Parts: sequence; C-alpha cells; structure tokens
Amino acid sequence: MGTTLFRKVWDLHEVVPGGPAGPAILYIDLHLVHEVTSAQAFDGLRLAGRTVRRPDRTLATADHNVPTIHRERGIEDELSRLQVEALERNANEFGIPVFSLSSPRQGIVHVIGPELGFTQPGMTIVCGDSHTSTHGAFGALAFGIGTSEVEHVLATQTLPQAMPRTMRITFEGDLPRGVVAKDLILGAIGQMGVAGAQGHVVEYAGPAIRGLTMEGRMTVCNMSIEGGARAGMVAPDDTTFEYVEGRMAAPADFAAAVDRWRDLPSDPDAEFDREMLVDVPSLAPQVTWGTTPGMVAPITGRVPTPEQYDDPTDQEAVRRALEYMGLRGGEAMEDIAIDTVFLGSCTNGRIEDLRAAAEVVRGHSVKDGLRAMVVPGSMAVKAQAEEEGLDIVFSEAGFEWRDAGCSMCLGMNPDILQPGERSASTSNRNFEGRQGKGGRTHLVSPAMAAAAAITGHLVDVRTFDAALAGA
Amino acid sequence: MEPITIVTSTVAPMDRADVDTDQIIPKQFLKRIERSGFGEFLFFDWREEDFYLLDRPEYAGARILVAGRNFGCGSSREHAPWALQDHGFDVVIAPSFADIFRTNCTKIGMLPVILPDDDVRAIIGAALDQPGIGMTVDLGESVVVLPDGRSVEFHIEDAVRDRLLNGWDDIGLTLLQSEEIDAYENSREREGPVTTTLL
Ligand code: SF4
Repeated sequence: MGTTLFRKVWDLHEVVPGGPAGPAILYIDLHLVHEVTSAQAFDGLRLAGRTVRRPDRTLATADHNVPTIHRERGIEDELSRLQVEALERNANEFGIPVFSLSSPRQGIVHVIGPELGFTQPGMTIVCGDSHTSTHGAFGALAFGIGTSEVEHVLATQTLPQAMPRTMRITFEGDLPRGVVAKDLILGAIGQMGVAGAQGHVVEYAGPAIRGLTMEGRMTVCNMSIEGGARAGMVAPDDTTFEYVEGRMAAPADFAAAVDRWRDLPSDPDAEFDREMLVDVPSLAPQVTWGTTPGMVAPITGRVPTPEQYDDPTDQEAVRRALEYMGLRGGEAMEDIAIDTVFLGSCTNGRIEDLRAAAEVVRGHSVKDGLRAMVVPGSMAVKAQAEEEGLDIVFSEAGFEWRDAGCSMCLGMNPDILQPGERSASTSNRNFEGRQGKGGRTHLVSPAMAAAAAITGHLVDVRTFDAALAGA
Repeated sequence: MEPITIVTSTVAPMDRADVDTDQIIPKQFLKRIERSGFGEFLFFDWREEDFYLLDRPEYAGARILVAGRNFGCGSSREHAPWALQDHGFDVVIAPSFADIFRTNCTKIGMLPVILPDDDVRAIIGAALDQPGIGMTVDLGESVVVLPDGRSVEFHIEDAVRDRLLNGWDDIGLTLLQSEEIDAYENSREREGPVTTTLL
C-alpha cells in the first residue's frame, strides 16, 4: 500500500516514533508567533530558565491587535499596545525576527509566511493560531497549537503528537462560473458539519483543487479547522513550485528542492481512513446564515427553519442561531440586507482576493449608508494592490482602504460591528459576537462581498450586474 | 501543573452543542499578558443575559462542567481552558471536543472526558432537574460515576493520563530526550528556510 502526503511529511519529522507507550516527538521546521498567544509562553521560558532552541526557525509578527488606520499615532488602546510591546521585547530578548507596526513586511501571520517564501512543501509548521492550517496549501503539515505548546516548541523545537487519522476530500468536476475557492470549502463544511473532520488531517484533492491558484488553495486549507480538522493539505505541484520560486526565503538550490518536493504527493494506491466527495458542478456561491461556518446555504437558496432538521440538538441550535441572527427562517438569502462589508483576513486578504473584489466593484459605488472596508492581509499585499491601482478602484467606490492586520475578522482592534449590525465578511468565523458583541456575520467570497457592498444586500455575484442594470 | 486524580463535585450543565472558544472567553480579554485571572470573564457575553444558569447558587463551586458535542471549537486560545480552570473547573465532560481545545486542557492539568451522547444527556438532564446534584470522576481508573450511580468507563491515552495523574511538565519530559533531538538535527541535512537572515 502506498503512503499519503501527510504520512510522508510526518515520517520525515519523527524525532522519536510514537507507540503504545506514548506520542511521537515531532520536529518543527517553522514556528510562527503572534502577540496574542505568545506572551505567557515567553514568561514560562523565563520562569524555568530556558531559552529558545531555534530562533532561526522562528518568526514573529504583530497582527491581531494592530490598528488599520493612523499607524503613525501608535496603538491607542493601552492593553493592545502593551501586548504588542511585549511581543517586540520577547522577540528581541530571544533573538527572534519580528515584524511590528512600522515594518513594511508586517501582516497577518498566515499571509506573510507564504508571501516571504518561508512556507514550503514538506515542512512542519506550527503557530499559536488555529488557522495555521492555511500553510498546508503548500503540502506542509501545518497546525494550530495552544500557548503551552508554543512554549514547548520554543524550548525544544519539537512537539509530542499522537498520530491523527487521515481523510481525503475529493472535489469532483469542474468549477462552475462564479464559484470560487471560498465556495468549495464552505460547501464542504456544510456537507460534513463543523466537527466532520475532527481528529483527522484532511487532504484536498480533485481537479477543482488542482485548478486553483495558491491563493485559492490557501483559502481552502485555511478553513480546515472550521470543519474540525487538525490540518488541511494539498499535494504540491508546478503551481506550488512557481509560487515559491524567487521569493525571499526560497531555497538557494531551487531545482534540488523541487526534486525532493516531487516525491511528496500521496502515492496513487495510498489509502485514507475516510473519504468524502464534493460534487463541484452543483455548487453555487455559498453564504452562511447562522452562527457556525457549517450553517451555510447557496445564495440561490433560503434560510432554513428549525423544523427542517430531525435531530433535537440541531433544531435547538438552529432556533438559537436564527434568533441571534435576527432571521425568521424561510426568507430568501438574497433578501438579507447588509450594513457592513469587510474584505480581508487570512482567508481572503491576499492580492488575488482584492483583485477579484475590485473586478466587481469597478465602475460602481458602495450603497448609500453602508460601511465597507478593505484590509489587506499584509503590508506587501497593500503595496502590490496600490501598484495595480486597486486602492483607487476601492476608494472611488466608497470603500475605506486600510493598513494590514486581522481587523474585523475578530475585532480585537477598534474595527468592530455594533450590536445588531449585519456584515458580509470574507473572514472565516461567524460565531456569536466574533466581529463585535451582538454583530451578525455572513461569510462569503471576496466577489460576493463586493457585490453585497454595491447592492446593499446579499446577492448572487453571477447575476448582480444584470440586476443592477434592470433596477 | 497540579496533579488530578479523583474529582467529586457538583455538576454544572451547559446544554449546548458547538460551544466555541469565542464564547468561552471573548476576544476583548485576550489582550492580557498574564496567565491567571481569566475566570471572571468566562462566558462573559452569555453571563450578561438575564438569567445565566451557571451563576445560580446551586452550581456554585462546581468542579465538573458537562456540555454538548464539539465543545471548545474555533480558536486555539488557551485562554479558554485557563478561564474554565480559573473559574474552578477541573473536568469537562462532553460527547466530543475540538482537538486543539482538548490538547490545551491536558497541558494545564484539566481533564477532558469523552462520554457517549446518551450518558452526557443523562448527566445534563440530572443536573438541570436536580440542581446541585453531584458525581465523581476517577482518572486513575478511567471511570465516572454518574449522578444515577452507574459507573461508566472512559478512554484516555495512557501517556496523557500518567501526565495528568502526576502533574508532570511536558517540556521537562521532552527535554529528557534532548540527545535524540540533537541527533535528529545533526543527521538531517538542514534544509529549509532560516528566519534569522532577516535580522
Ligand atoms: S485574520 Fe482572523 S482568523 Fe486569521 S489569524 Fe487573524 S484573527 Fe485569526
């Protein structure tokens, strides 16, 4: 029997194999660090008199707390400022490179790793952040960890890990027009549920995945955790190698690296513990209506009612979600009016996402009274977009053009929803209060978010041009 | 961390599925750089609702929380188990847990117990019908004694159980294998990107 991509990467990193007596000890190639989940880990090191074993495999950035306007004024919120300062101090003390507020390389941790070329096939990558799964798009084994584990990796460059199970999600058939990576992963989560992949590392496969750009694959892998998966992976191929080549941290002997990377994809006869199929041609653009990413429907559909579910736990969850979201159930998805549009996050804050949204926005204006903002995933994405004139397209249409950070994806900085406010958001979580206490979030793709900003309600991006013309 | 062996206590019920870590500890409290003091912010937004179940006097001092499936999903924030522990919980029982949350619990000396759906329903039902009712969790034997007196075994990995029973520090255990880590680093051609070139 052949070997899976996951297993090949795992085997390459076993320092001590696992067994009945205990978990394996896995070597970590790259440890990404941000301000929210690291301070207590550095304190722990100091308390125990330990050092960082491999600062040369560690990289820090400030992203969750940072303001996205008026950076020159510094961080006004005192606790946020102290947290970012603690990151800078810790990084300097332990010799770890750090991108803070004024760095042109600053950005969301899962955006800067790939864009600088640090994220490469076959690596093990961890970060105190659940969306570390993003880096799996390169054929790396990348997963989120808690602060105790952050401390563990800082001290030992390894992690004890029980071997997860494997699952393959195959996207069959070609992408229909107007259906993009975000719709693939939302559709898959809708199909399997928010705990559907619990305990598993998922490999995404099939022609629709092969056809995606690296940005698209990152969007898919990013939301693996929303299906409960430990990690998500895509087999590396020419698309991957072309993306990595020429980036700052790309291997010096690139051809030799590619030779090694070509061995990574799962063997044709590799078996997975579980398989799931997604029928791509039947997918429409997806929109969430509830308070978990699994509460999702096609834009052409309707908000469900609790009675449509059999399981009493589901019924209660739907009832609660509808109440929180201010929806009755039964209304058409396209009738839902929006107050705010947020374009950004580690799911959809890359250059290609901004291009897709700008394409929709060009020549239109944001609906009167609606707040719309673009928050690039990194300062480098911002600079690239400005070089392409995308900032002008957005600004002229009435979008706010911001600096890089997590921003309204979780609202730890001042960018938040007010109670009852409703957003179309390109981020990854629609939990209660995620974007601000009482805020109501509908997760969508960048083009769908842009279209909603123009019409003022959720709308099918495939037909909205015609609808506008007829209006 | 503190060892955990046998816990006998009142049970606090949380009759919801998919309780995410944004609910357990909302983001505005993640700005603190200390490790303690999160308990007062546990379920902060829900507690502002008029009548919050876990604040009822009958559940005061509960060390066991029982909840619906997929407890602790979402963000990797260890602040969630910190808040639960700081509030007084040593054990969380559910039909399933999000992977990162479950790991985080075991790293700080909190015990996540997975029980079949029916048993969880029974415990939640008992705790709602007779607030203040208690039960026992025995980690050494991997057994819980339900409020109705039935004993049910649960599964936990041996290594995790040993660590929790003894309160062992995971980093200390791994450092015992420093030679293997050195050997691994030396044997493997050190390919892969070096971050300190940025300094
Ligand atoms: S953009 Fe959102 S999901 Fe991504 S790292 Fe930041 S807060 Fe987390």
